[in-house]
Parts: sequence; structure tokens; C-alpha cells
Amino acid sequence: MDIVKLNIDNKPVVVEKGTTLLDAAKSVGVDVPTLCHMKLHDLNVENNPGGCRVCVVEVEGRRNLAPACKTECTEGMAVNTHSLRVVNARRTVMELILSDHPAECLTCVKNGKCDLQTMAQDLGIREIPFEGEQSCYKEDKSPAIIRDVDKCIMCRRCEMMCNEVQTVGCLSAINRGFESVVAPAFEMDLEKSTCTYCGQCVAVCPTGALSEVDNSRKVLNALVDTTKTVIVQTAPAVRVALGEEFGMEPGNIVTGKMASALRKLGFDKVFDTDFAADLTIMEEGTELLGRLQKHLAGDKDVKLPILTSCCPGWVNFFESNFPDMLDIPSTAKSPQQMFGAIAKTYLADKMGVKREDLVVVSVMPCLAKKYESGRDEFKVDGNPDVDLSITTRELAQMIKGANINFGDLNDEEFDNPMGESTGAGVIFANTGGVIEAAARTAYEVHTKKKLEKVEFEALRGFDGIRSATVDFDGLPIKIGIAHGLGNARKLLEDVQAGKSEFHAIEIMACPGGCIGGGGQPYHHGDTGILKKRAAAIYREDEGKEIRKSHENPFIVKLYDEFLGEPCGELSHKLLHTHYFDKKKKVEIKND
Amino acid sequence: MAEIKLADSKVQELKDVCKKFEYDKGELINVLHAAQVIFGYLPAEVQEIVADELKVNIAHVYGVVTFYSFFTMTPKGEHPVSVCMGTACYVRGAEKVLDEFKRLLDVKVGETTPDGKFSVSSLRCVGACGLAPVVTVGEKVYGRVAPEDVKDILSEYN
Repeated sequence: MDIVKLNIDNKPVVVEKGTTLLDAAKSVGVDVPTLCHMKLHDLNVENNPGGCRVCVVEVEGRRNLAPACKTECTEGMAVNTHSLRVVNARRTVMELILSDHPAECLTCVKNGKCDLQTMAQDLGIREIPFEGEQSCYKEDKSPAIIRDVDKCIMCRRCEMMCNEVQTVGCLSAINRGFESVVAPAFEMDLEKSTCTYCGQCVAVCPTGALSEVDNSRKVLNALVDTTKTVIVQTAPAVRVALGEEFGMEPGNIVTGKMASALRKLGFDKVFDTDFAADLTIMEEGTELLGRLQKHLAGDKDVKLPILTSCCPGWVNFFESNFPDMLDIPSTAKSPQQMFGAIAKTYLADKMGVKREDLVVVSVMPCLAKKYESGRDEFKVDGNPDVDLSITTRELAQMIKGANINFGDLNDEEFDNPMGESTGAGVIFANTGGVIEAAARTAYEVHTKKKLEKVEFEALRGFDGIRSATVDFDGLPIKIGIAHGLGNARKLLEDVQAGKSEFHAIEIMACPGGCIGGGGQPYHHGDTGILKKRAAAIYREDEGKEIRKSHENPFIVKLYDEFLGEPCGELSHKLLHTHYFDKKKKVEIKND
Repeated sequence: MAEIKLADSKVQELKDVCKKFEYDKGELINVLHAAQVIFGYLPAEVQEIVADELKVNIAHVYGVVTFYSFFTMTPKGEHPVSVCMGTACYVRGAEKVLDEFKRLLDVKVGETTPDGKFSVSSLRCVGACGLAPVVTVGEKVYGRVAPEDVKDILSEYN
């Protein structure tokens, strides 16, 4: 390994040849500011267009300032990252960027969380000496994501996530010079493009150019409407991330405080999506075993591998990219939608509330859930099973807006019957979690033996594509796992080519699974936060008395009282769905 | 604009071009160049074929098409007018000549007249600086063009 020795801010640095000044500086604790650069270590991706020029540094002997992100270290270099010349240049760059940026910070969705705002603060920008034309581009509001391109600084992080990590390929820089913007092909709206609403573009956007559709006002309006009964469900990933919005360390579990806050906000009942996750396992697990048994009996037509279907970003992805394989994914609805379907039938009856008077709100780590809840097949006579979906960030905003002191709240429990869940429901938040939960139940149902150890360590981890063979008492079950849609595509192409040997594949659209969802508190490029959330999920699972979905007493009761049996007639009607060919054809803009 | 039906023979020609370039993503610009020769312009349907053949995102193809001023998504007129805006032509008044074409034809640069007869574009240096300002209509070159000549030039094609 070739090494290079240099000095950065008078500190001696030794790095591998090929290292950039930016990384070298970081290795000795010097954080050179950047706007466009973003390195997501655990995902092995780096956005490095060298476009923002905020990271310029002074290299002794060089005439021009050098962008630290694009300059390789060479032997004997002497670098100053904060000379007067550097700071002045950085200020000028910022002033130029801000001269074409709407000055509406106070009302911006990113106020207080914006990298551009933070940078302007750090540099002490107090006035913008440059006057000129301002960009003016149409606003694009899809069911889940809003594009406000005037706030875009062309860092291209969204493009990197959309094209390289997710391989959705919906966004590209178009036009040139002052006219350039990041947009879908032919400047069509997101809704008409191949966008899956995974929200990873929103998760990395340094400004307010990309944001979620905010449903929190609608939720508040429902809460004050005395004619409505408003109930809420919370996805497993929310409880390990919500605390971050209140200054807590990543990985804090705030399940009890969250339940308490939701009650204070005025929800009539506080339930848990984890309950519906257990229900999903009953349906999806039964479907898996059903297909497996047919396969073992020699049925050549049976579709294997079965693919999980909990993730709406993933569903959107296969509907537009693999429309020839719509019969392979499980037909089980996602936990969010299972919850809605049961709430508006079984629960509404129990509570004596009419369907149209019951408002189901979901708190999700996800933007695609907003789109999913609005899909026509999840409505009865126009009334959706889930009325409003908000993100972890929106919930935090609501709690702050209601001046609830989150940190001081006492832990409270969820309501029943739809608040009880097992550890299997909890781990749905992590990549590998859905299939582990399914394995816990499928093993016991298939072998009729008690599982010695409920943790399937082989299914856990952070690698983009993983595989493991789980022994079902002599029957080897081959399982594949992918998180990130680019990884999913690889597994799917194998299935398409008939090369896949898996019996079951779990896919989650977002890196890390739901804990890394597009609706979670911003990680600002620190993927270590995702790992802390994942670890917290496994801790929450360990702390549960019951850790297998089929042992959830309220699930057992639900089947006894209402549904009959998993994959039975009523289950099929309420808890299963079908998929559509959404391969997009090019649409020409009407001028 | 409605959806356009592309001629099968031309589509085949484009697919052959992609094959000739071995479906190399790095040859996108060359493929688009060839496509524009085949079709005269690059409508969305053509870009979609290129994206499918080279397995690149359609957004990326559109990004490249909109970046280079050579590529156009509007069909050129029967008589494409190009005004050289290279340095020599520019300093000798090419802009005024261009403005006169725009005024008389009532189009912007890159547009085509509604009857499909003329399109107006600007280009950078045709290598005939001695004749500045230079205008080309189709294959024909006009040198030392003054704004008052524009009317006569157009009348040759009416």
C-alpha cells in the first residue's frame, strides 16, 4: 500500500495514496464544510460532483484554491483549510448560492434542519451582495413528495440516490447553465414518472427542494372534529428514531413516551402497526408454507421464490420495472393496510363507530405509505382504510406544536385489541426482520416443534444482499434478503432469468430497511445512526415477552372471533391485494 | 403534440446503430447524434428507444439531449436557417441578422414556423469567417448578410 505524508492545518497526516484532501482532513478531526459531497459509508456510495465549491482549501505553492473533495493528497503537501483567503472564497461561494435561493427560511419545511442554512450560519452570512435573476420553476406535488426546485442547489445527491442506490432512474439534471434543474424525463411530474416514492432523495436533500407531503394539518383538523373517532397506528421503526427529533441519542427507544404523546395530542385510541405486522406474518407465512408444500409435492406451476410485499416503495418498483412477475410477490397487504382493513371492519364494529366516522391515522417512517394509503384498491366506496399517513418527522412537529415536553413524558401502553404485539412485529423495521419474523412462525407451524432460539442471526446484518439457509427440521429453506432497490433489482433479475435458488426473498426499498426510511429524522449522511436504530429494534424485540407472531393472544382472538383462518375467505377479502402493470410509457409534454 | 408513430424502417435503422455501438452506454452522445440524422430531430419516442437499447435511464437521455444545443426535440423546418454566432460573425452584426429572421418568421431560436417551412437556429462558427456574418439555409451558404437582406433570402424559398 502506497502512503502519502502531508500537513493539514499544521497537523501531520499519513494517508493511503488516492485519498482526497477532504477525507484526509477528516481523519485528523478537521471537518472541511461541504454541501454537495456526501459519503454513505455503510452503503458504499459517494456523491462527489465537485459542484458546490464550498470545500475549497489553500494548498501551499498552488496558484488557485483547491476543492478538497476532488483533490488527491500528494507527498509533502501543506494545506490550510481556514486561511483568510479560504474563508473569504467560501463566503463568496455561499453568497452566490444564496443569491439564487428563495429567502423564505422561516416558513420552509427544512427550517432548522437545512444544511444550507447551517452553513450560512456557520459562515456568518449577513447580507447577499449579489443581485440577479432568480430561478423560477413549477412546483411539483405528487401524492408523497413535493419538488420545489427553486430551493435546489444542484448538489445532485438525490440523483445519486435515485440512480445509483435505488436504480429507479427517475431524476436527472436537465438543460444547462442557469436553466439547469434536476427533473424527471421530459420534465414530467413525479406522479407520471417511474418514481417509487421511496423518499431516499428527500432523505439526503440538503435543502427544502425535496420534501414530504405534509398531512399533519389534516390530522389536527380530524382530531378537533367531534363527529369523528380518530385512532392511530405507529410503525415499528418510528419508536427508535422519534427521540432524535427531541435531542435524544440515536437508538433511544421511546415507545412509551410516543404512546403518551399521541394520547395527549387527542387520539381516541393509540394502537400499534406491530399488531398488524404480526397479522401479516400469519397471512404471508401461511402463503409461504402453502407454496412450499405445493412445491415439495411436485407442483411445477407454483411460484417460488415468494417475495415479501410489506414495502410500498418496493411494490411500486416491481409494478413498473418487473410487470411480467406480478404473480410472484406475496399477495398479503402491508401491515399499514392490514391495520386499516381490520380497523374499519372488526374494530369499528366493536367500538360501535360507523366506517365513515372512523379516521385511521398512521405514523410511518416512510413517504411511499402516503401513496399506498391513497391507492384505489384500499378504499371501500371511496373511503380509504387508512385515511392519513404522516411521517416520524411530521409527528415530531405535531408534538412540538402542541408544546408537549416529550422528554418528560411517562411511559404509557398501547390500547387494545390492536396495540398488542410480539417481538416478531417489532423487527419488521430492520432489513431481514420481516423474513426472520416469518421464519419464527413458519418453522413452528411447519415442524410443529418449538423453536429453541428465536433469533435467526444469519438473517441479520447490513450487507445490501444477503442469503442464508434456515433449517426447518431437515428441510433447508433458502432465503434471500435485499435492502435498497438497486440490490433488489439484482435479485429480481436472477429470478427473471430463472437463476434464483431462493424459496423466499425479503425486500425493503430503503437502505437499512424502514429504520432508514424517507420519513425518518434526517441522518445528514451519518449512516451510523441507522445502525443504532437497528440495534434498538433488536433490543426492543428482546424485551418482549412474546416473540412469535402466532402467539400474540389478540391475533389468536382476531382469527377466532372474526377472520376464521389465515388465508381463509375473509382474510383474502380484507388482507390480500393484487398488483398492476405500471410500466410507464413516455408521455410528451403538451406545450 | 400527440404521440408520434415512428417509421418502422427508421426505428430499425436506429436499432442497428445501437448495435453497431455495441449497446455501450458511453456512446450515448454518438447514438443520439446518429438518431438525429435519421429522424431529423429527437422526439420523446426516439429517446425512449435509445434508453431501452442502451439500458440507460430515460431521464438521463433527456438530460443529455437538453444539455447539448446541437440536439433538438422539435422537427426542423423544410428549410433550416442557421445563423453563425461565432466571434467573427457576432462582431459583424450576426445578432441583428438573427433577430430579423426571428422577427419575420415570428419564432424563437430552436423553433419551427407553424407551416413547417422554416426553422431558425444559431450555430458556432462555420469556418467561413471571411464571409462574416454567415447564414446557411439548408446546404446553401450566404455571406456578408445584413438585416435588410433577410427578406430577400426568405423570399427565395417562398
